[in-house]
Amino acid sequence: MRKIGFLVAGVAALGLALAQSNVIKIATMSPLSGPQAALGEQIKLGAELAVEEAKERFKALGFELVLVPYDDQANPDVGVANANRMINDPDILGLVGTLNSGVAIPASEVLARVNLVMVSPANTNPVVTDRKLPNVNRIVGRDDVQGPAAAEFVYNDLKLRRVFVIHDKTAYGQGLAEEFRKRFEALGGRVVAFIGTEEQSNFVPIINQIRAQNPQLVYFGGIYSQIGPFTKQLRERGLRMPLMSGDGLDSSEFERLAGSQNAKGAYYTTVAGPVSAFPQAKALAERFKAKYGKDIEGFGIYAYDAARVILAALENAIKANGGKKPTRAQVAQEVRKVKLEGITGTIEFDSKGDIQKAKYFVMQVAGTGNWADNKLIKVIEVAAPQK
Amino acid sequence: MLEQILVLLPQVLFDGFILGFIYAMIALGYTMVYGVLELINFAHSEIFMIGAVAGVEVFRYLAPLIPNGYLLLLVAVVLVERMAYRPLRRRGTTNRLVPLVTAIGVSFFLQDLVRLIEGLWHNEFFLRMRTIPDLEGSFTLFGGAIFIQTKSVIVIVVSVLMLWGLTYLVNRTKLGMAIRAVAQDLSTASLMGINPDLIISRTFLIGGALGGVAGVLFALIYTTINPYVGFLPGIKAFTAAVLGGIGNIPGAMLGGLVLGQLENFFGTYLPILTAGNFGTEYKDVVAFLILIFILLFRPQGLLGQMVKEKV
Repeated sequence: MRKIGFLVAGVAALGLALAQSNVIKIATMSPLSGPQAALGEQIKLGAELAVEEAKERFKALGFELVLVPYDDQANPDVGVANANRMINDPDILGLVGTLNSGVAIPASEVLARVNLVMVSPANTNPVVTDRKLPNVNRIVGRDDVQGPAAAEFVYNDLKLRRVFVIHDKTAYGQGLAEEFRKRFEALGGRVVAFIGTEEQSNFVPIINQIRAQNPQLVYFGGIYSQIGPFTKQLRERGLRMPLMSGDGLDSSEFERLAGSQNAKGAYYTTVAGPVSAFPQAKALAERFKAKYGKDIEGFGIYAYDAARVILAALENAIKANGGKKPTRAQVAQEVRKVKLEGITGTIEFDSKGDIQKAKYFVMQVAGTGNWADNKLIKVIEVAAPQK
Repeated sequence: MLEQILVLLPQVLFDGFILGFIYAMIALGYTMVYGVLELINFAHSEIFMIGAVAGVEVFRYLAPLIPNGYLLLLVAVVLVERMAYRPLRRRGTTNRLVPLVTAIGVSFFLQDLVRLIEGLWHNEFFLRMRTIPDLEGSFTLFGGAIFIQTKSVIVIVVSVLMLWGLTYLVNRTKLGMAIRAVAQDLSTASLMGINPDLIISRTFLIGGALGGVAGVLFALIYTTINPYVGFLPGIKAFTAAVLGGIGNIPGAMLGGLVLGQLENFFGTYLPILTAGNFGTEYKDVVAFLILIFILLFRPQGLLGQMVKEKV
């Protein structure tokens, strides 16, 4: 018993010593291995670039800035385990992440215990902010707006009336598809089928149903790893109707898996706009390319902005704290007060942690083999619904 | 509704055959190994996956290298048998669960090995079969009732050839006779001058080769694969082997075809039959319910015999 007492005292002392160190860590959490690694890496690198660029400024304030990437493998269990590791490292004062709403929701509950702030560059599920946790923020739009935005676009701009809806049975894909269906039917359109599938390879049964229904458009709420082979099989079987999806399609991997010819012309809405949608993003894209040797994609830009939100809040908190290292709660409060002209636009949070005015982008795949060539069809700015 | 079903029916049956042939070829690997060893080789689904990956990699670089890629697969099959199963047999393990657990272990090992290799080599998780222009064509039959891709014709021709070849090998050649002898009684066969280790190794090789071919065809027709792609087709092919009567070669073929048809049929028609209440995602539930129903009446499988005569 006594030994344990000593151990506890020792650990507590160690914790205290660490808390007083002048190292500030910013964590990122996104899938760095597995099927969604291409998107997750963008988040890590985007945040890393922002942290690297802020290092000098923080040195002047007397702090050493470090980025610690965590790999959640797009798996909620791994995400929760990572969150537990984060809250036990007192130097971590902010988190940029995650990619998947399914990971963000349970992981943020853990972070909320110690008020560790997270700014998400990608989580679009409404639940993420609707729980009104004081530490959870996002600089992107929401599914319950992304789905309806797509429905409005299909009905009003493309003027199509009969749509076949597929989803991947995840919180993200099904949520998106359901919001799409609700709005599309409210507008007066017809959803001829609403189908969920976890299938990764054999889409033939679904394609046969599409052939029978002959819809004017197929809407797929899911991730590129499924939509890519689906599109290839659909087109190879001679079906040419337009395809639309959410931001799960927003990766050059989609074009690789579907083949450029088949991917060409597919529409997608995204909450993370392309480099071409932001005038200031060009310089960032060059710096990114010079440093990492690859192109920045949508989530990379948002991760860069998300990291800058945390860094700005940190600077304010340090000033308010008289130059001393702020507590996690102080940082979380400062994040809500931030007003920042980011690459992606003005960033300001409402009381739930949603961005005041989120942008939604309707894009079309160019099919040139270069994802950056994709055409921006329409930008829609919508405030988050206040329930 | 009936009209909708009838319009699609020829297409659905055709696609069911394609899937069925692939299941049949995988099922043969399960059934042959079970025939000689009474071992359910769960690592077989990973042999199928490696076949698919090898196929993609070979086509990625050059088609003329096919024999080389295929050789690699066969080496993997022999190694699995040598390193994982034979030592257990040598120790005279009588508990049948031990090799079964080993098989599951080998299966995990192979999945992550392939994931590691592909990750280091191409930094890709999803592998896409290269588009081969000669195979991209398609045509229709019966005034557009059936849409057929050139690729599907290849799948059918190759599978039929392989299945016919296997039947010939098992029934008409010396090796086939030896396999059947080992299947009937291992110790008696060894008294008759047959080296059982060699025959078992060959059986693994033949079953693995079929599984590997099935993998290549799978990658060809469904275009995208990943290191975990073997699991579901593997489980379904195992079911097909049981359905046909495990240890029985024509049974495995029949079981594969029946399962492919059931799955494809319900995948397409469930939403239509239930007015959209049950979607495509329930296809496996319904297909497997029917399988359970069949096995209730014929527990030995469609072509299985109650007597102990295997392979």
